[in-house]
Amino acid sequence: MHETRTISLTVNGETSTNAVPVRQNLVDFLRNTLGLTGSHVGCEHGVCGACTLEVNGAMVRGCLMLAVQADGAEITTVEGFADSGRGADLRQAFVDRNALQCGYCTPGMLASALEYVEGGGVADRSAIREHLSGNYCRCTGYQSIVDAVCDVIDGRARS
Amino acid sequence: MSVHKSLPHDAARLHVTGTARYVDDIPTPTGCLHLAFGTSPVAKGRLTALNLDAVRAAPGVVAVMSGADFEVIPDCSPSAHDEPLLSDGTIHYAGQPLFMVVAESHLLARKAAALATPEIAEEPAVLTIDDALAAGTIFEDGPRVYGKGDVEAALRMTARTIDGQLEIGGQEHFYLEGQAALALPQEGGDMVIHSSSQHPTEIQHKVADALGLAMHGVRVEVRRMGGGFGGKESQGNHLAIACALAARATGRACKMRYDRDDDFIITGKRHDLRIGYRVGFDPDGRVTAVDFTHYVRCGWSMDLSLPVADRAMLHADNAYDLPACRITSHRLRTNTQSATAFRGFGGPQGMVGIERVMDHVAHALNMDPLAVRRVNYYAEAQGDGTDASGGSLLAKMKAGARVLDSAAVAGRGAVKVDGGGGRAARFGGPHSRPPVAPRDAMTPYGMKVEDFALHRITTQLAAACDYDARRAAVADWNARQPVLKKGIALTPVKFGISFTLTHLNQAGALVHVYQDGSIQMNHGGTEMGQGLFQKVAQVAAARFGVGLDAIKITATDTAKVPNTSATAASSGTDLNGMAVQAACDEIRARIAKVVAPELQARAENVVFADGMVRAGTAAMTFGEAVQRAYMARISLSATGFYATPKIAWDRIAGQGRPFYYFAYGAACSEVVIDTLTGENRILRTDILHDAGSSLNPALDIGQIEGGFVQGAGWLTTEELVWDATGRLRTHAPSTYKIPACSDRPEVFNVALWDGANREETVYRSKAVGEPPLMLGISVWSALAQACAACGPAYPDLPAPATAEAVLAAVERARG
Ligand code: FES
Ligand code: FES
Repeated sequence: MHETRTISLTVNGETSTNAVPVRQNLVDFLRNTLGLTGSHVGCEHGVCGACTLEVNGAMVRGCLMLAVQADGAEITTVEGFADSGRGADLRQAFVDRNALQCGYCTPGMLASALEYVEGGGVADRSAIREHLSGNYCRCTGYQSIVDAVCDVIDGRARS
Repeated sequence: MSVHKSLPHDAARLHVTGTARYVDDIPTPTGCLHLAFGTSPVAKGRLTALNLDAVRAAPGVVAVMSGADFEVIPDCSPSAHDEPLLSDGTIHYAGQPLFMVVAESHLLARKAAALATPEIAEEPAVLTIDDALAAGTIFEDGPRVYGKGDVEAALRMTARTIDGQLEIGGQEHFYLEGQAALALPQEGGDMVIHSSSQHPTEIQHKVADALGLAMHGVRVEVRRMGGGFGGKESQGNHLAIACALAARATGRACKMRYDRDDDFIITGKRHDLRIGYRVGFDPDGRVTAVDFTHYVRCGWSMDLSLPVADRAMLHADNAYDLPACRITSHRLRTNTQSATAFRGFGGPQGMVGIERVMDHVAHALNMDPLAVRRVNYYAEAQGDGTDASGGSLLAKMKAGARVLDSAAVAGRGAVKVDGGGGRAARFGGPHSRPPVAPRDAMTPYGMKVEDFALHRITTQLAAACDYDARRAAVADWNARQPVLKKGIALTPVKFGISFTLTHLNQAGALVHVYQDGSIQMNHGGTEMGQGLFQKVAQVAAARFGVGLDAIKITATDTAKVPNTSATAASSGTDLNGMAVQAACDEIRARIAKVVAPELQARAENVVFADGMVRAGTAAMTFGEAVQRAYMARISLSATGFYATPKIAWDRIAGQGRPFYYFAYGAACSEVVIDTLTGENRILRTDILHDAGSSLNPALDIGQIEGGFVQGAGWLTTEELVWDATGRLRTHAPSTYKIPACSDRPEVFNVALWDGANREETVYRSKAVGEPPLMLGISVWSALAQACAACGPAYPDLPAPATAEAVLAAVERARG
């Protein structure tokens, strides 16, 4: 546990080099060492999706990846999406549609939804439901989240 | 005006940018330590030795404490002082904390905790309801009995009777943010606690008690929780107390959060119940008498089990006027997690009991269950001014696809809502007749039902979702399809609003107006996602006639508003909204008095609206008026207080008015089951729910959707399994299945019943936190219908209706 390795990675556009415990997972590293607490942990074994973030262009579970595995990687968290403006329409739709209550699932949910939207997903409710079924939300009942994603896809199609 | 408006959640912007802070996100002083509990692997026994040497020697460990380190082990119970923080040598359940580790990191603390070698002399554990009945382990001196009428006589005289028994499983809260607390030691031994808790005052009280301080030595702050659902009403005590003790011992900030598995294994869940019933009824489905027996599995300590079990009894009638009724409630002590508050607080279990009875009676008479339900409804409230034009709000907030058909129609006046008389008749076919002059509209606990709206709600919902035609189509489908069977059910909810412990129905608020016209608002309610803060801010903005941007919402803080009740019983907005309103009105009156001469008006004629303070044509901005008051040396700060009127309740006698009012709703769900596997799906759900004159329709609809899905989850996939030794085997999402996005109904329509509360609640709104959970009963009832379609016998479906349970019920139906 106390054994550490030094890793360099780019998080939200900024490069950092840190010595990390070899057993530490990526989301703990981001939260505890870099102070990026926007990514949440709900289960720490890959089921709830609260820790979903982007690593080298793919949405992954930050709790299922070790920090040392992210050596050299390019990582974007919810804070990074907000800073860069990427997915601004999705965030706005989550606000407008009341697609969050306690908000704990929101960062991970946004990441998965962004993956769907940017991947050319269509405004088909059952396809959206299927795509988001790996992200738990205990509060909303999901209806408003699917509404928000549909809005964004429709909006992007129009513009 | 800022009320009755669909505005987003106050922290929505923070949530979508990842900047909303939960307890574990709060920056801590350097040197912050982390805690973990070491727990008992067995359910019952005596701790004969606890060797913690390896734990102490583990890397990063700063301190280790067990029960032996305390003269008096601090207590965590919210009720009976029967929950020592760490075992005193007696083991009560598998998962009970035996010791705590304080270490340099969360992971190091957890790793060290795993190194202990407790030696326990195991004893036979009392795990199930049957075990507890055999062992006679009960809370209170005996069963509680509430009721009305002569049940024995009524059952003797009735045409038919049925006996039945139903097992209802518990439910894990699965708040997405696990339990968490942070203690920051202060000068002079004082303590500041940040806690993910619905009940900051309780945390303050218990931490003060543990530290030997007066309550004034402890300040508790709660900005938000990542979900609570009742699971953070008392279950956060342990973490806060442990952190406070460790912080005092080390002089360093101390933090604790449960890993998800620990959270499942240590904390309480919804109570599971067995409900026995004997019901008498007429050939037309009218229930003449019901005799219920509730067996409530409470777990090892009392916690909130007594009021939970009481509330189960208080909802044993749900929407039905039962001429004779008796509810006997046994509160059983078992060697399992101490069951606790969970959205509905026992009400859902009680309600499932009577809904099951309605289904069973309908099955026995081969009637439409909805007809049986309607014929037993309480009498509709007369002339309460309710505007039943449901859906006008809905139309504003949700796009076309989601608008309930009837809502739109009703808006155009095409559906005549007539109190359930004429239209009701068409639902039940030949068996039903319109509700005649009701029996006495008296609940089994002596409270008259004065605001009943379910005839109209049911009529409107049944028309909107095309219940009759779809029921016929389902029957037709079932006649033709051998493998996939469908079911449809429309079930009502009548939920009592108020804490049944009368003294808890009070709230305080603190409002400051600053010189620049900005306003800071604080109250005793906590935000767990339900939108309480926004709703109450809307009230404050409306009172001052300013925009919401003028209002600053602040964290719940025991130093600002003392002696608060838990944010529970759906009462958050009712209580705190009124308290804030009182504080605002106090300040408003002071300002009005100052500016009245200048506006050439009497103070009572000064109006606060649209950012202006005016009387007739004379006006000034709110900011100017505030300045005038400040210069005149008038206080711009006030407290507000509210105590719910009209309620009085004797829980021992089971008589009185425990509730200020009732909230109503109805849901219709259609399901399909696979008779080869038991697999099932919700095809469609339509909901019409009464939130009174909604303060914020968007937030209320969110509560309804989320509550329904959570309730449906409870009654379908969410199964808690303890093994024969009392270990909980479903202790993570890998084994415990809450609804995912793909599990919700394919078609899901929700509308608000647009009627004002007849009681003088804040802007005539109604509480909406808990009632919608019970709309999920429609899914369970529809599943029972689908099972019943498989054969002539009664399927006797338990809850949760897992695929396995459905399969077994199909077999039973086939006879
Ligand atoms: S915390 Fe990573 S999936 Fe749950
Ligand atoms: S908003 Fe609470 S878990 Fe999704």
